[in-house]
Amino acid sequence: MSVQEIPLTTIRTRIRGVPLMPEAVMLALAVIAYFLFPYDLALLTRIMVMMLFVLSLDLVLGYAGIATLGHAALYGTGAYAAGLFAVHVSADPVTGLVVGAAAGAALALVSGLLLMRAHGLTLLMLSIAVTLICQEIANKARDLTGGADGLRGIRMEPVLGLFKFDFVGRTGFWYALAVLCVCYAVLKVVTLSPIGLSVRGIKDSAARMVAIGSPVYRRLVTIYTIGGAVAGVAGALAAQVTQLVSLEVYAFNLSAEALIMLILGGAGRLHGAIIGTLIFMVVHHIAASVDPFNWLFIIGALVLGIVFFVPAGMLGIPAALRNLTGRNGDARP
Amino acid sequence: MSLILNIAVDGIAYGMILFMISIGLSVTMGLMRVINLAHGAFALLGGAAAHALIARAGLSFMAAALLAIMATMAIAFLLERLVYRRIYGLGELQQVLATIGITFIFIALVNRLLGSSLLAIPLPDFLQQSVDLGFRVLPAHRLAVILAGAVVIAGLYLTIERSRFGTRLRAAVDNRSIASALGINIDAVFAATFCLGAGLAALGGILGAELLPIDAYYPLRYMVLFLIVVSVGGMGSITGSFMAALALGILETASRYLIPDFGTIVFFAAVMAVLAIRPRGLLGKA
Repeated sequence: MSVQEIPLTTIRTRIRGVPLMPEAVMLALAVIAYFLFPYDLALLTRIMVMMLFVLSLDLVLGYAGIATLGHAALYGTGAYAAGLFAVHVSADPVTGLVVGAAAGAALALVSGLLLMRAHGLTLLMLSIAVTLICQEIANKARDLTGGADGLRGIRMEPVLGLFKFDFVGRTGFWYALAVLCVCYAVLKVVTLSPIGLSVRGIKDSAARMVAIGSPVYRRLVTIYTIGGAVAGVAGALAAQVTQLVSLEVYAFNLSAEALIMLILGGAGRLHGAIIGTLIFMVVHHIAASVDPFNWLFIIGALVLGIVFFVPAGMLGIPAALRNLTGRNGDARP
Repeated sequence: MSLILNIAVDGIAYGMILFMISIGLSVTMGLMRVINLAHGAFALLGGAAAHALIARAGLSFMAAALLAIMATMAIAFLLERLVYRRIYGLGELQQVLATIGITFIFIALVNRLLGSSLLAIPLPDFLQQSVDLGFRVLPAHRLAVILAGAVVIAGLYLTIERSRFGTRLRAAVDNRSIASALGINIDAVFAATFCLGAGLAALGGILGAELLPIDAYYPLRYMVLFLIVVSVGGMGSITGSFMAALALGILETASRYLIPDFGTIVFFAAVMAVLAIRPRGLLGKA
């Protein structure tokens, strides 16, 4: 028993040492950004939606080690579900988020049953294939989804019946920030819970987790489903705030860019996803407004730079600098 | 009857193209365990270079194709020496990221040099006509593709089963460290394999431009198709890749002819079913 308790206690003491410091700083920065950039609220809201999406990818890939290039499938399905729900059933935003989460989780569960049996290349390929199938279905079901024209006519009711969506995007900003905070808290709990610890073990060595009696396949499907729910919320949020869902939600570039953002910040840590998304989106905003095609070049060079020089992401830079300047304890006298 | 024949000819031609483009990917994956998502970029380079040489420099189809393939192999050689060498030792995820980055850079480069529109490769007259086989008339291009595919397969078979280089390659795929301990220069074997794979991809890109149109986004658009051939066939297996490419080519062509509305969905559903039963591919090693 005592052996089992060791990792839990170390994690608890670490949290007690710095109580939610990074989270508090990030929240404060978000509030400051609202007052600093009152004319860029739409961009800030889009960044927060992407943060939520990258957070869900962090759970799946950073914590559980599931290498997927089809995360957009879950995002897009959440977006279409929330959009269709708003058009045909009810325009209440919070219910819409729940619908988006349910749709994302359902797709993640069904596809996860197959995907979690595969590894490496096959897993990558299958995850892209799931996205392509979803895109094809959305494209062919023109009567329902609007096909290539996109799903239009989403008119949201006020949030909780109190706050109306305005043209400047103030409500959208606070709404997105609130959803982001709630989801972040949920993910924090999940990553510190027994299942979170168990998938980290699977990431390090699936064979050993099997040996100590952990149901690896079932754990992976569960964590993929939770990730799917969060990705679905991100999609639903995007649909509600922009009031449009297009086939672009299933684009391969979305999955690839989310992966790049995650690695840029540092996978396996929730605030890594936040930082990576922020840097990437700001660089994107500046570079793409100059020349959208050069952007692809910048992104490619950026990725190679990260992979070769800072493999641990931006969060790894302080440690790398410490190693560079500090004394090497292993060095021979 | 004529429908079945059309499906067979188009499907086999399509499968040959898929085989030519994917075989390099399969072998490099089996040999170096590197997930090279940028492999489609070599087909794009070949196609784009052929387009530029024919449309801008006015060369003949044959000369342009030959030059384009050689240029692609040269670029692949440099890339292998300078970039890929550093990728082999990285983790799976880092490999995926790095090769996506390389793909993006190639797309941006082709886009900058040749624009984002369709890069047509005009066929020479003798490939545009029809060939009368006595009982059927078939487009010469399809027959040429099938013929080229057969030549490639025969050449690969002879190289890999009969030549000294092939023996070394097979030994390296089976067990890299022991092959290296026996004095086989793994680095050289891999560099040669990588260039050969890139050259075949360029050939496939040029010959297949009718079926898989070339434009700057080619490597991303068809990435999944090439990955499917490799995973269904089994990494590192040439026979497996060939069988998978032919089967997938015929399946995709048949579903496009017979059920055009749901072709893509049927195609992917079939691929998923195969991989659910055999997660390591048809001829993959356990």
